[in-house]
Amino acid sequence: MTNLTSLTLAAALEGMAQKQFSSAELTDAFLHAIDKANPHLNAFVVVTADKARAAAKASDERRAKGEAGPLEGAPLGIKDLFCTEGVRTTACSGVLGEFTPTYESTVTANLFRDGALMLGKLNMDEFAMGSSNETSKFGPVVSPWRRGNEDAKLTPGGSSGGSASAVSADLCLGATATDTGGSIRQPAAFTGTVGIKPTYGRCSRWGIVAFASSLDQAGPIAKTVEDSAMLLQSMAGHDAKDSTSLPDALPDFRAACSRSIKGMTIGVPDEYRMDGMPAEIEALWQQGIEWAKDAGAKIKKISLKHTKYALPTYYIVAPAEASSNLARYDGMRYGARVAGKDLAATYEQTRASGFGAEVQRRILIGTYVLSAGYYDAYYLRAQKVRQRIAQDFRDAFADVDAILTPATPSAAFALGERSGDPVQMYLNDIFTVTANLAGLPGLALPAAVDANGLPLGLQVIGRALDEESVFAVSAALEKAANFATKPKVWWA
Amino acid sequence: MSIDEKTVRKVAKLARLALPEERVAPMAAELNGIMAWIEQLNEVDIEGVEPMTSAVEGASLPMREDVVTDGDNPERVLKNAPKAEDGFFVVPKVVE
Repeated sequence: MTNLTSLTLAAALEGMAQKQFSSAELTDAFLHAIDKANPHLNAFVVVTADKARAAAKASDERRAKGEAGPLEGAPLGIKDLFCTEGVRTTACSGVLGEFTPTYESTVTANLFRDGALMLGKLNMDEFAMGSSNETSKFGPVVSPWRRGNEDAKLTPGGSSGGSASAVSADLCLGATATDTGGSIRQPAAFTGTVGIKPTYGRCSRWGIVAFASSLDQAGPIAKTVEDSAMLLQSMAGHDAKDSTSLPDALPDFRAACSRSIKGMTIGVPDEYRMDGMPAEIEALWQQGIEWAKDAGAKIKKISLKHTKYALPTYYIVAPAEASSNLARYDGMRYGARVAGKDLAATYEQTRASGFGAEVQRRILIGTYVLSAGYYDAYYLRAQKVRQRIAQDFRDAFADVDAILTPATPSAAFALGERSGDPVQMYLNDIFTVTANLAGLPGLALPAAVDANGLPLGLQVIGRALDEESVFAVSAALEKAANFATKPKVWWA
Repeated sequence: MSIDEKTVRKVAKLARLALPEERVAPMAAELNGIMAWIEQLNEVDIEGVEPMTSAVEGASLPMREDVVTDGDNPERVLKNAPKAEDGFFVVPKVVE
């Protein structure tokens, strides 16, 4: 019964079902691990130890009465973007002050309904705007991974860096995350974990702090493809409180993980071969293609010809929607108010002192592209290019069942290494952002380590509402990759 | 299209963000760096393309009955207010 924290979600649920250990014991083990690791990794911004212990005790009682839910007793981490009743929720921004919701987000409520419990709130880039977790008000998250024997602090990626770092370092069984341009998949790829962004509308956005509403989707970061399927099963589902929530019935995601991919056709897009991409990423991609072939899939070259325009399109659409969503932070109804000489000055100073530099930059870009005279030139044009990008995928999916790409253009980098140039930072999401623009499901899974021993990920993209094919292909690749490397424990 | 300092001040005003004078020029440079990169969208042929307004094709926004389903809970609504009194938000004076 040693090392409860290194179990997968599936194994931990099985262990509790077999009475090998209780949720109380498992929860204690994680709280102990968090105590030791968090001063080094900064993954949690709130640890709700008492609530977690009480929830574990209640869970053990439910199990004893034969009322165990599908995730009964599973201790999870919750990204600080999800509103949690009675627990501070700030999106890691100063502007929200000590905001403590009086309601629960639909996604977390769904997880708790199914028996899961929360260990605490996870660090992230402010309002989910970032790819390295360096824009958090609470300071950057540190990855548990290191380059060879160096002790330079690496980024776990972003914006769900706390989620990725915590899952990778065995500080929780799994975590919630959100993905607007790659914020689940890029950190998963950087930390050797699995992350899926489902089809837009699968998970309710109700109670999730809004960034860019037409792109934001919740999903899990987990240790295995199967674990991610089990978590998504609970997180997803129709919710009348989100008008963009899809009414479609949920298939059995876990069952899809053991589906054969024999006879499936997998597309490989030429346009994802980028100039200056490390040879290791190219080799990993080729390896993934071979694994898919070995599992009986057919490979087909496809063209997604507007790929290079996806990031510039995103950097109009996302800031425009963000500038509109973030207009609500006026210091009147919640958050930290900074008084000025009149109402306008109070708004301006509240927002200037509450928002960090990257968020302010994006609000200004969004306001600019939506301002009188520029709307057609920028926002309308971007929404038309977005249609082109979505059409490329629709055309491709006429011939293929899933698409295989690298998850990121590089392995994790050191904190501070890329924070000087916003555009360089934005390029992190070059392979992931297309699925957000087209509303498609995408999953990142660990497939290899580079020469420095850092994880590299593959991405599987599916048709809208076809997460099942994504899980089937990902599980087949996971099996072939047999990725078992864990970061060396230096933090405890 | 390059963003000058006057435009930065105007946009900051529209966004209700106090921008210290010494940040105006650096911000103009940062925004121009990003906007110059975005200009490549002008290469795309968008003739006859409908702007994308729904992330999932065919998904339409449902209508619901126009009835009250929540509310009557002033304590919860005011719980996080920076200033509240007698069941109201307290805001700076806006009329003389």
